[in-house]
Amino acid sequence: MIDFLKIVAKNRLAAFGGILLLIIITLSILAPILPLKEPNITNTADRFMVPFEGGHILGTDHLGRDLLSRLLWGTQLSLAVGFAAAFIAATFGSILGAIAGFYGQKTDNIIMRFIDMLMAFPYILLALAIVAALGPGLFNALIAVALVNIPFFARNIRGVTVTLANKEFIEAARLSGMSNFRILIVEIFPNLLPMIVIAMSTTVGWMILETAGLSFLGLGSQPPQADLGSMLGEARSALITNPHTSFVPGIMIFCIVMGINLFGDGVRDALDPRLKKGSLIRPLPQTIYEGGDTQPQPSTKLLSVQNLSTQFHVNQDIYQSSNDVSFEIQEGECLGLIGESGSGKSVTALSITSLVASPPGVIKKGSVNYKNQNLLALPYEELRSIRGNKISYIFQDPLTTLHPLHTIGDQLLEALQAHDSELSASESISKSKELLKSVQIPNPDNLWDVYPHQLSGGMRQRVCIAMALINDPELIIADEPTTALDVTVQAQILNILNSLRKERKLSILFISHDFGVISQLCDRVIVMYAGSIVEEGPVKNIMQQAAHPYTSELIKCVPQLGNKEHALYSIPGNPPSLNQLPEGCAFANRCKYKQDQCLKESVPVSSKDNRSYKCFYPVGGVA
Amino acid sequence: MNALEAINLSKTYSATDGFFIKNKKNIRAVNDISFTLKENQTLGIVGESGCGKSTLARMLVGLLEPTSGTINLQDKNINQYQRQELGRVIQYVFQDPLSSLNPRKTIYQSLAAPLKYLHQHDHTQIKEKMLSIMSEVGLKEEFLDRYPHEFSGGQAQRIGIARALLADAKILILDEPVSALDVSIQSQVLNLLNDLKRKFHLSFIVISHDLAVVENISDEIAVMYFGDIVEHNSSQKIFQSPHHPYTELLVGSVPTLNKQFADIQTKHTELPDPANPPSGCSFYSRCNYRSDKCQNNKTPINSAQKTPFVSCFHPL
Ligand SMILES: Nc1ncnc2c1ncn2[C@@H]1O[C@H](COP(=O)(O)OP(=O)(O)OP(=O)(O)O)[C@@H](O)[C@H]1O
Ligand code: SF4
Ligand code: SF4
Ligand SMILES: [Mg+2]
Repeated sequence: MIDFLKIVAKNRLAAFGGILLLIIITLSILAPILPLKEPNITNTADRFMVPFEGGHILGTDHLGRDLLSRLLWGTQLSLAVGFAAAFIAATFGSILGAIAGFYGQKTDNIIMRFIDMLMAFPYILLALAIVAALGPGLFNALIAVALVNIPFFARNIRGVTVTLANKEFIEAARLSGMSNFRILIVEIFPNLLPMIVIAMSTTVGWMILETAGLSFLGLGSQPPQADLGSMLGEARSALITNPHTSFVPGIMIFCIVMGINLFGDGVRDALDPRLKKGSLIRPLPQTIYEGGDTQPQPSTKLLSVQNLSTQFHVNQDIYQSSNDVSFEIQEGECLGLIGESGSGKSVTALSITSLVASPPGVIKKGSVNYKNQNLLALPYEELRSIRGNKISYIFQDPLTTLHPLHTIGDQLLEALQAHDSELSASESISKSKELLKSVQIPNPDNLWDVYPHQLSGGMRQRVCIAMALINDPELIIADEPTTALDVTVQAQILNILNSLRKERKLSILFISHDFGVISQLCDRVIVMYAGSIVEEGPVKNIMQQAAHPYTSELIKCVPQLGNKEHALYSIPGNPPSLNQLPEGCAFANRCKYKQDQCLKESVPVSSKDNRSYKCFYPVGGVA
Repeated sequence: MNALEAINLSKTYSATDGFFIKNKKNIRAVNDISFTLKENQTLGIVGESGCGKSTLARMLVGLLEPTSGTINLQDKNINQYQRQELGRVIQYVFQDPLSSLNPRKTIYQSLAAPLKYLHQHDHTQIKEKMLSIMSEVGLKEEFLDRYPHEFSGGQAQRIGIARALLADAKILILDEPVSALDVSIQSQVLNLLNDLKRKFHLSFIVISHDLAVVENISDEIAVMYFGDIVEHNSSQKIFQSPHHPYTELLVGSVPTLNKQFADIQTKHTELPDPANPPSGCSFYSRCNYRSDKCQNNKTPINSAQKTPFVSCFHPL
């Protein structure tokens, strides 16, 4: 709660609104004990005094009543009625909406038709009609205002309830034997509460205005009692001669509504979970690089990543997601990158072209040698001509790459022309179709006018590969491109990547957590564990005999099809948290071969022939 | 006694269901399938996304009404069970362990629900039972006061399994029980399931797209394609010697440690349109063994629920 208020207070306008509101509410609550004159005692001799005249701080009205006193009492009344109306509308509206959304079908139909009916009338007309039917009076005005606001709550809450009711935890509750009514109360309601609060914060201000409107027309509070609306109504005839009698209640209404709305906006923003995660802060186009002008070691390979360390700074914690990582990729080579979830594969891949979200990401040190320049230190303009062009990416979820509202054809054309503005329209069309053919889409014409969501996962991924190929890249970084796909589709995508690589001499950095996939596609593989590379070498050799205990355990975990007797294998324990990496070997808590040395000393990388590993006591006689 | 029996089960989502309101079509999801699950056995169901696996699972636990067909649980029709009675017989372990837990409830509250509402246990009984099951699935007592977002995928999956066990049902439907987990942890959960099955005399239906997982945990396996069961056989044999062309394709597509890119099918992989199903074999357009007969004749269905079964005119 305190934290929550802190977030709200960060927003200056919201804090201002909150304080304004707090002052007004406190004053109006204190009205009975403040040394005020009686609000309803008339004294026609003193009528229309201007402020500060005769001891009346705000002057008097047309009957000589003290305006300050009437204002505070009137404010109290207006606020009470407004909040009461909001509360009533929220209660009934939410109940109706929740019932409609949860039970659905006929119940939903009946309730929502009724709500639609209410909404068919213009707002204020409906309120007027209701008051006309019930007779004037503040209480009736309250009912009218509450009634006209019920549809707003009902509709919003119904929408949220429908989403909640289809969640798996509701089904789980059903299977636990809870009755529907209990599910509604116990499972759904707590999740609705924040929504209801938000909806109330947006409407209270309006309801106060509406009640004031009714009172202004003489349909709300009846004399001598006055709320802000009726004060304004009574002052109307003297607007020109004695403007202060109108200004006083008018300014108060303005302050109340403004205070509520500013504060309400702040509350809403603070409740938005995206804000808490910091994702509303727009990331920089390029990851922060603290390596200065590190000169990369010369390299004959296409790309050489050298001592790359990428961290995330979240609150007080530092997560070492990529820890002194070095590797090289040759022209035409397919390099596999394997590791468990959270081991830093994606962060490493994104760091290559400074795509790691920053903040919170920071590239602490290291360099990426591409054509004898350090990619990490390039100015943004130069980086842009490489990122997505010469080095392009394919991601696990194609929908993050494709724009949902443009057709496949348009997206390809746009991407082509963005990179080569000299291309004529017909040239671009034929070039895009060629690209689609190269990812084994036999009939590009059928796909041209189709939107991404209309395609199956496999087709979408092919389109993404085609997009990645647009600028004849030298390196494609594929981050688990087949993880979300079915096996038969996966087989085809792997096939496409494999033939592209042969035809175009493409280099591929292929990220996966599946040794089966890696062994089919890749020449060499690097194994990551807890942010570090623990082993590297030709896939064949590593499959035959891993050097690092982790690699060898991981290979044992791969299930083998058609061999039921092959027992399932698992590595006991869990990887360490990346914000609390141990001093010695990160795998030590799960390792069968660990010795005292592994716990105390940081492990050096050893190399032999074309392999390397990071372990004091490698297995299988590799050393 | 059979734990579970499905007879000629079908589900067609009609035009009024969900968001297909505009186009008045019937969407075929599960098409006349039959099988039995024997007591203390595990039946695996494999198939690719969209083939009707989850629809089938949700019908079996009573979350979804079949369009036609019968489900018997322990030799009694599912419609004759009250909601709470049903919960004591069959339970469901959800595919996404996190979304099956209410984000605003502690683990204690989520786990207590089946004990409270299915078995009317009081507080001390609940605590006692809960702790014993939690230690069984490898969860610590201190987890009880935590909220779902504080758990890793593997832990959340164990919580889901614990909840199903607390209902004390003998039949569990497990929908993709390990697909959210890393390989190194997958086997921990699979091994746990195998142990629990022996210890508590459970019967499982395990649904997955991962052939190796299903092969490992199941006694029998049914392969689904486009709403049909196309092959049903023992888990020892089905992937070693597939008889249906689709099973063969599945097996051939699995990347294994020493396979090369040889005979992988590169023809289109799209499923037929479920609103407009083919009149003959649904695998016809992708099949390498097809004949004219396959195009227009319905392939056999397993009404007699026998194994081995192949729904093909030219089995391999
Ligand atoms: N934007 C971010 N803010 C804070 N931490 C992050 C962010 N992105 C990644 N991390 C952390 O970096 C570590 C490595 O994440 P990464 O995404 O590279 O793992 P991965 O190996 O790709 O895993 P997966 O197999 O699940 O894709 C994780 O601990 C993650 O929590
Ligand atoms: S360094 Fe020691 S603890 Fe680490 S993997 Fe090697 S043997 Fe195991
Ligand atoms: S019935 Fe014919 S088309 Fe269908 S799988 Fe068998 S051989 Fe292929
Ligand atoms: Mg990743």
